[in-house]
Amino acid sequence: MERDDIIEYSLDAHHSEEHGAKLRKNIWKVTAILTLITAVEVVIGSVIKQADASWYIVKWVLIGLTIVKAAYIVLSFMHLGDERKGLRYVILIPYFIFALYLIYILVTEGNAIFATLSASHA
Amino acid sequence: MAGHASKQIDGKTLWGGKISPFSTSYGKLMMWFFLVSDALTFSGLLIAYGFTRHDYLGSWPIGEETFESLPFLGNGFPLIYVALMTFILIVSSVTMVLAVEAGHRMDKKGVTKWMIATIIGGFFFVGSQAWEWKHFIHGSDFGRVELADGSQAIVKGKFGDIKNFTVVEAGHHLAVGDKVTEDLKHEYTHAAAEGHIHNGMITLHDGSIAKINKAANTDMRLIVKEYGGTYAMGDEIKGPEAVKMYEEAINAGEKNRVIYGANMKQNEYGPQHYGQFFFFITGFHGFHVFSGVMINIIILLGVIGGVYHKRGHYEMVEKTGLYWHFVDLVWVFVFTFFYLV
Repeated sequence: MERDDIIEYSLDAHHSEEHGAKLRKNIWKVTAILTLITAVEVVIGSVIKQADASWYIVKWVLIGLTIVKAAYIVLSFMHLGDERKGLRYVILIPYFIFALYLIYILVTEGNAIFATLSASHA
Repeated sequence: MAGHASKQIDGKTLWGGKISPFSTSYGKLMMWFFLVSDALTFSGLLIAYGFTRHDYLGSWPIGEETFESLPFLGNGFPLIYVALMTFILIVSSVTMVLAVEAGHRMDKKGVTKWMIATIIGGFFFVGSQAWEWKHFIHGSDFGRVELADGSQAIVKGKFGDIKNFTVVEAGHHLAVGDKVTEDLKHEYTHAAAEGHIHNGMITLHDGSIAKINKAANTDMRLIVKEYGGTYAMGDEIKGPEAVKMYEEAINAGEKNRVIYGANMKQNEYGPQHYGQFFFFITGFHGFHVFSGVMINIIILLGVIGGVYHKRGHYEMVEKTGLYWHFVDLVWVFVFTFFYLV
């Protein structure tokens, strides 16, 4: 059957040589970013000790960098950024609902148990 | 990616309906759904890890203290090895994305080349993890030691070489005056863990007792991980005192005063749960990597056989690519929460 309303379709996601060259340039750019972030993480992780006063900030910097890395992998390498908006949200929203809920449970329950254990140790 | 405004699409591709949801094929969408569920599994594991770690009140091992060895080079390289593993996995993710890109140009040679590179990267990662596990299971030179006041400390320093064991009391096989010169380190750590070392004498497997000729350990540091009568968590004992206290524990002749490496029941690095989480999470991830490599090999055979070329598109490479990137994605989080933070 003949259709003209489907403009982007993965089975026909073929692209030309020039377009490919542009995509490859972007791939190498993302590679450089991911490698750089990993190097920065390792340097921070091995130079600043967990006993240091600044560790609290450093910890969140490391977690932030991890999320940046994850975003590049998902949106660029896994092409989720190039998919339809609908697909993007169908994948990301359910995941974040569950993950954030789990993190909420971790923080509240973890702190409650931490307080109880600390009290019994003191 | 730009397609054509008008095209022929058969009913099967459109899931038997009139339109394909999200302009995506059935297979790709289901791969995404699978990955979401798998991502939730790993989130659950890592969150359970965080929960447990928080409730150990600070006795949890610190990444840069635990992982500081390199193959052939020994100790003193915090986090370098895992950083290398992370880099290997990122590179193999890049070669995968290049294979997908080549597929979009119907470049069979390019797909083959980049798929092979991806598979090699995958094998490198699995191999690195095998070394990592081996090192984790065997443990460090010194193990973890229980001090006289009942506190537990991890030990850093330079292990003095063992020259030999000279038999002073005959056993089943060895006579007085015999010198044992092989497998010394292994015998020594095993005997120390079992409590078979007493005042510089080692009881060997055949029941003979031998004198240990060993150079002194140097640069010793004891870091207290579990408080006892005298020492608190995080206390650091250095210098001759550290050497003396360590020797005292080793020579006490008591079982489990020193623990080396890790198993499912105990480990030298920290609480029992730490070892269990390490084995489960990195093991589960390693299993994903291994399956990914196997799936990549199967798809590579399809590429070489020209299956996808005949089909007119390389979407299978894209789908296995999604799985492969996911494995990389999970490692990024394991790396941060297990090793860095």
